[in-house]
Amino acid sequence: MNWGSAAEFFAMGGHAFYVWGAFGACALLMIVEPILARRRRSNALDELRREMRARKESNE
Amino acid sequence: MSNGIINWFRFSSPQTFYPLAGKLIPWFWALTAAFGLAGLYIGFFVAPTDAQQGEGYRIIFIHVPASWMSMFLYLVMAFWAALGLGFNTRLSGMMASALAPTGALMAFLSLWTGALWGKPMWGTWWVWDARLTSELILFFLYLGFIALQSAIDDARRADKAGAVLALVGVVNIPIIYFSVKWWNTLHQGASVSLTKSPSMAQTMLWGMLLMALAFWMYSIAVSLTRVRAIILERERHAGWIEELSEVKPS
Repeated sequence: MNWGSAAEFFAMGGHAFYVWGAFGACALLMIVEPILARRRRSNALDELRREMRARKESNE
Repeated sequence: MSNGIINWFRFSSPQTFYPLAGKLIPWFWALTAAFGLAGLYIGFFVAPTDAQQGEGYRIIFIHVPASWMSMFLYLVMAFWAALGLGFNTRLSGMMASALAPTGALMAFLSLWTGALWGKPMWGTWWVWDARLTSELILFFLYLGFIALQSAIDDARRADKAGAVLALVGVVNIPIIYFSVKWWNTLHQGASVSLTKSPSMAQTMLWGMLLMALAFWMYSIAVSLTRVRAIILERERHAGWIEELSEVKPS
């Protein structure tokens, strides 16, 4: 075990800003990117449903 | 043999690939979580403090995987682009388009984590040396690919134009990889080499490899999610799309 306490862990031997800045940006982007990709798919599905409804109505 | 060929072509059709990708995505997320948690545990709690760099070196556990993936994804993207250009298969162009944003994200993370590592260790966020500059060019190549494709309305023409750009840009990958050998740079040499045993502690190496696997699985999961969106966007006039259970009005 490298750390005596939680505070020591978060201090990262004085490099907290750099280590957490790197890991934080990584975590943030890897949470945001899948959300955007999923939203893109649900937007495409919404668009498809709208087109199908419009086509059905024009056929009736 | 002939069977194998037929199967490959079967999966190159968006119609068969779309549901397959949907089934695979949760598994790749599970693998991402498993490798990621194991890698982070080793990276923070098992791997010892570095004698020279203290705790700051722990950035390596995301910097190296992000850099590897930024180069690897570019090669995969160029492979799909070339396949699309050569065989005119519909899915290939969609795969290339789906990979580009994730590749750009990896290149950005490589530069970002590199800057945050460089500042405490070298005393500077950035230097215009061979390794850093060629990685920046890789980032711009991804952005250029995305911008070029979105500037062309016709999807098939966008695929072709993007493919040419992607293939020309491949020359940059060996330049990045060998830059630390070819030129005198501030950047340290390769952390892991195919020709000699690694110079770092075993636990550091394991943490890094597990994180690289996690980044790899992440890239597959998010690209498959994106390629499904692209298939829906581009194939919306195909009959099979209307038969999908998620499209049918409830």
